[in-house]
Order: sequence, then C-alpha cells, then structure tokens
Amino acid sequence: MSGQQSIAPLYGLILAGGSSSRMQRDKASLEYQGQTQLDRAYGLACRHVLPVYVSVRAAQVAEPTRAAKPMIVDSFPGEGPIIGIRSAFSAHPHAAWLVLACDLPFLSDAVVQHLLRERDASKHATAYTSTFDGLPEPLCAIWEPSAAAALQGYQNGAGTCPRKFLIRHASKLIEPIDAHALDNINTPEEYSRAAAELRQTTPMQLKVQYYALMREQAGRSEETLETQAGNPADLYAELVARYGFTLSREQLKVAVNSEFCDWSRQLAAGDAVVFIPPVAGG
Amino acid sequence: MMRFRFAVTAIDAAAARVDIGDLSAGGFVAFEGWVRNHNEGREVTRLEYEAFQELAVKEGDRIVAEALQRFPIKRALCVHRVGSLALGEMAVWVGVSAVHRGEAFDACRYIIDEVKHRVPIWKKEHYLSGDSGWVNCEHCAAAPKHAHEERDHEHAT
Repeated sequence: MSGQQSIAPLYGLILAGGSSSRMQRDKASLEYQGQTQLDRAYGLACRHVLPVYVSVRAAQVAEPTRAAKPMIVDSFPGEGPIIGIRSAFSAHPHAAWLVLACDLPFLSDAVVQHLLRERDASKHATAYTSTFDGLPEPLCAIWEPSAAAALQGYQNGAGTCPRKFLIRHASKLIEPIDAHALDNINTPEEYSRAAAELRQTTPMQLKVQYYALMREQAGRSEETLETQAGNPADLYAELVARYGFTLSREQLKVAVNSEFCDWSRQLAAGDAVVFIPPVAGG
Repeated sequence: MMRFRFAVTAIDAAAARVDIGDLSAGGFVAFEGWVRNHNEGREVTRLEYEAFQELAVKEGDRIVAEALQRFPIKRALCVHRVGSLALGEMAVWVGVSAVHRGEAFDACRYIIDEVKHRVPIWKKEHYLSGDSGWVNCEHCAAAPKHAHEERDHEHAT
C-alpha cells in the first residue's frame, strides 16, 4: 500500500467454520451459478491478496470443498469468527488478514479493492460500516497484527462478538460503496432469492408499447419491465408467456426506438420496443 | 413539410390539395379512402384507426419520398385519419401533382398501396352484430404469411 516497512503483508482468510444452523446445510457448499460459495469467496480473495487460507474447525478438515484449499484450523478452544481470526494470527504472526465471510454472495472485486485502498495499518482493523445499522462489518475487513493481542484480551474478558470488538477498539470505518455487497445469507429463503438474483446477471429495464390487438390482450398500452431477454425474439417469447398473445412472431414486425429492426437485434437498457401486428391502414 | 401526416378530426382535403399545389404542374390526382358499410360479407357500422405515430410518420414520409424518386412528379402528400370513424368518413387522402397525368396516377397508386402495407396503422371493425375485430389480426390469424403481403383483403380503400 504505502510501502512503509512497518505495514504487515496482507494475507487472505475465508471464514468457513460456521455451523450453518439456520441454513440447515453447509453454507460453504451452497452453489451460485455452478460454483460453491467457498470457491467464489476464495477466488475473489485470490484476485487481490496471496496467499489465501480457509478458516475451518478441526471437525471440518476432511470436508472436500475445504480440504482442496490451504486451511488454518482453529487452534483455540471455542467457536466463532474470533477464534478463526486469532488462529490465523497465531499461524502467521507477522501477517495482516483480509478476512471475508464465505456467505456474502454479492461481494464484488470493487468492494474488496476499495477496502484495500482505504486500509489504515495503524488501527487494529479497517472495516465497512453496515448499510442497515452503521455498525462495523467485521467479516469483510482487514485485521492488522496489532489486533491479535487485543482479541485475546477481549476473549479473556468473555467477549465473543467481533463486531463489538471493532466498536470498542481502534478501527478505521469506511462507508459502503454498494448497499447490498455485504448482505449475508442465513436461511434457505435468502439463499434462493440470492441465487435467483445472481442468475439474472444483467437484468435490464425496457419500455414496451402495445398497439391494437396486442394492447387489448396485454390490457395496457405501455409498460417498463425488467428482463433478461437479449433480443426482441426472446422478449416476445417472454411476453407471450405472460399475456397469451395470439399472434405468432412470424405475423409481427418489431421496432426498437421507433425504427424497424431485426428480431435478433441486441437490446440495451432503456430501449423502447414495439411489436407491430399486421397493419391495416387505408 | 412532412409528406405524411395524421389527422385526429375530419381530413381537410381542400387544405391538403393546397399543400401540394405547384405552378409547373399540369395535373393533380387525389385518392380518398372511405369507410364503407361492409367487409368480407359482414355489415360494418364504424371503424377505429390506431397508429404507432412516431414510426408511422417516418415510414409514410419514406414512401412519399420513394414516389418522388420513382416518378417524375412535382409534389405528393398523404394524410391519414386516426380515431373513431363513421360510415362515409374519409380514412385516408393521397394527392400528387405532376406535369402530366400519367405519372400522377402511377405515383398516387404507388403511395396508397405502400401505405396500406407498410405503415403501422391498425383498424378495428365494429359490426352490426355488435362484435368487433382487428383487421388482418383476427380473421387472418390462420394464414399468418399473408398478414403483411396479402393485398386482397382491403377494406376502406
């Protein structure tokens, strides 16, 4: 970062030691777009820091998703993120840690990059504040070596909550740059919503106008809608399913932004699409 | 001047005729399409015209420009009605001025034919029996290929 000798090298730590009790299945192995949460988080961290380790409990060392990566096994009694972070400091005392929970499906490279840029190595930690309550987010944060002793003292005083630790100890807090990047998922419902959202990688807003028979069948003359359809042909198929249009695509022409176009034209956000039923002027 | 325009009330043919006047023209041909009381064996009581106006004006203007290129004519204009029309009302007016009559007839025919098949305008027929239907969208649904090509199912004109 600034190149000063005193700044500790930054390693990555993916927290995957949770018991996933509310999810009722191992969160690390939940998949988005064919990739497990753990693989996604691990890959993301590797794009910014090296090496990256996975924090696990002793009972998890044989679990295949985790075992395929370098692991740091909890080396203190107890459970929870603080044990994982302390175990990492214990394994590599001179390193600072980019700590990421594995259950943040919306976390992006930009959010990690911004965190790295904002790092203040003179504090125990650099962390985002929560969009919900403004409190520190300890599980997408940089933890400096100086935090190790303080964490030990905090645990000796029966503290278990990394968020409370950051509130009480010197840490640099930064504003979120993406309101949903740190949304974590804990229940099957949250998982299915997140998975659906990630499937729609680039939903766009289009304006669609309806005329004549199609206006009557749609029950409206225009609407703005979110779609993944990349071209008018796909969009029409989607709208046939919604409104039951009786005209086949072969009977129609299509216009985008008030000009005739091909059915294969690539649609862009904000385009205005009009399907043109058989005309009958004169 | 736009060479294709819409009218939301009765088409003023006299005013349209003035718009294409030209002192070098020796003749003028106009075509008027009227709402008639029957179509395909059914009694019609009125018509409703609807247009995607933004694109219709562009496409209509392109058609008139084509006519001015293809035929040695002086000026040309098409005015189309939208809204609810009673029997006998004028649905469309096409006028062409030219040095000689032959080109004026040919160009006028070209414009009305192209307008009927290319410009996004739709008409709904209301029948004496009380029901209604969008022309070319409902009767001809079984023969989709004809929808944009078929030139025999003409109505008002």
